[in-house]
Amino acid sequence: MHRNPIERFGDTGLYALQDLGRMAIYLAKAIRGLFRRPFRFREVLRQIQFIGAGSLTVIICTAASTGMVLGLQGYYSLHKFGAEGMLGSAVSLTLIMELGPVLTALMVAGRAGSAMCAELGIMRISEQIDALDCMAIDPFRYLISPKFLAALLSVPLLTVIFDVVGIGGGYVAGVTLMGVNPGSYIEGMRSSVTNHDIQLGVIKSFVFGLLVVWICTGRGYFVKEIRGAGFGAESVGRATTQAVVLSSITVLVFDYLLTAVLL
Amino acid sequence: MSTAIEFKNVIKAFPKRGGGVQTVLDQVSFSIPAGKTTVIAGGSGQGKSVTLKLILGLMRADGGQIIVQGNDVTTIDGRALEELRTRFGVLFQGSALFDSLTVYENVALPLRERTKKGEKEIQDQVMSTLARLDLTGHENKYPAQLSGGMKKRVGLARALQLKPEIMLFDEPTTGLDPVMTQDIYHLFAETQAQEGFSSIIVSHDIPKVFNLADQVIILHEGKMDVFSSPEEIQWSAKEHIREFVLTTMGEIYQSHLVER
Repeated sequence: MHRNPIERFGDTGLYALQDLGRMAIYLAKAIRGLFRRPFRFREVLRQIQFIGAGSLTVIICTAASTGMVLGLQGYYSLHKFGAEGMLGSAVSLTLIMELGPVLTALMVAGRAGSAMCAELGIMRISEQIDALDCMAIDPFRYLISPKFLAALLSVPLLTVIFDVVGIGGGYVAGVTLMGVNPGSYIEGMRSSVTNHDIQLGVIKSFVFGLLVVWICTGRGYFVKEIRGAGFGAESVGRATTQAVVLSSITVLVFDYLLTAVLL
Repeated sequence: MSTAIEFKNVIKAFPKRGGGVQTVLDQVSFSIPAGKTTVIAGGSGQGKSVTLKLILGLMRADGGQIIVQGNDVTTIDGRALEELRTRFGVLFQGSALFDSLTVYENVALPLRERTKKGEKEIQDQVMSTLARLDLTGHENKYPAQLSGGMKKRVGLARALQLKPEIMLFDEPTTGLDPVMTQDIYHLFAETQAQEGFSSIIVSHDIPKVFNLADQVIILHEGKMDVFSSPEEIQWSAKEHIREFVLTTMGEIYQSHLVER
């Protein structure tokens, strides 16, 4: 049936509102599931292993490369003003407050978020989630809440690792390769990074972890409700793409909002 | 005869893409007797699976009442619904086994999650069910390593663990060969005789489930017709029923009637 642009706009708006409401209820149920017994400690550990330990390689590689690039770029920029001594400060603040939380969340979304979305999507289309409901087993407590808890614990820890490795990468590029004084690199970092900066980074990583796990698992759980996603394997593929894109954009938007509010 | 499930003027409609609604169940009323087998039949998109989901509370009706053992599923709260669901066993079309769990773990899951039984007791019960369904020796296999028929049997074993009072079978023989189909239906009948549950079977395989059915419900364009015997269906004056008989049952149905 042909519809005019206003009708289509209204229809899309209604769908977006409906989707947001659905996702809000989903989040509430996932948080409630964290407190429902019996707790699934083993599953939480398994998810920490998957989301946290499994993402270590990609986090370390990204952090080292980002830190080294920051070290080199920072050196060339600061060198023009004879301020190479500020390199440690520039690299550490950029990583702790900004790049560490954001890039960690994006890496987790790409590696673990996509896998969680696909897993839940397949479980949905093959009626495994319905089977849990029919056995009176809460799918949130059994499947989803352990992923939430694991992500909320893993992402901040991965961010800390990202920051440490990134600062190390900056040291290698700035001090070892470009000849910046090691003492000024460390001292610049020590004198400029405050507790407030570290808190901002931790709060961001916690919020980003929540956003990634919420959006990625939610897209998988509601794979049948996603408009235009199609059916079967195709719908899982599209839901997974949507989960990664949507969670990445949301992380970037929230990065600005949190910085504006908390800085 | 007591009633296991009762539909009273149930309405269920879905929005159509591009506007409007499609009414799948339009003021449908029927009863499912306790301890008996009811077959729900009908063409694709006529609301058979929706009926099962409404019974289980996986979907909410837009109107009417669905009374399951005295509880109205349309108004029940979450906790009470969860409790009610422990009285159901469901065998899904694709078996819905958990891919990451072995056969043993799949069957033990409802016992581990919904009862306070110890691991030894769970092991005894699971192994006894697996033996009864001819699955001994397969307990450490994963669903991907099983044939379609074996998956159905594992699904049935899992559904039986909480001693259900009502069993729901959603297209239980889809994708199985005729011999396996016959075996599965034989297994259902045998299990029902042992456990005494009420059965609801959603199936296209009308000729094969006739031997099991105490009642047949045919859904068509939001309405339903209830029959107590195959002969009653054959002699129905309604055009859509006659068409259904011809298209879905055909010669097999005719030969089945001759045998009877």
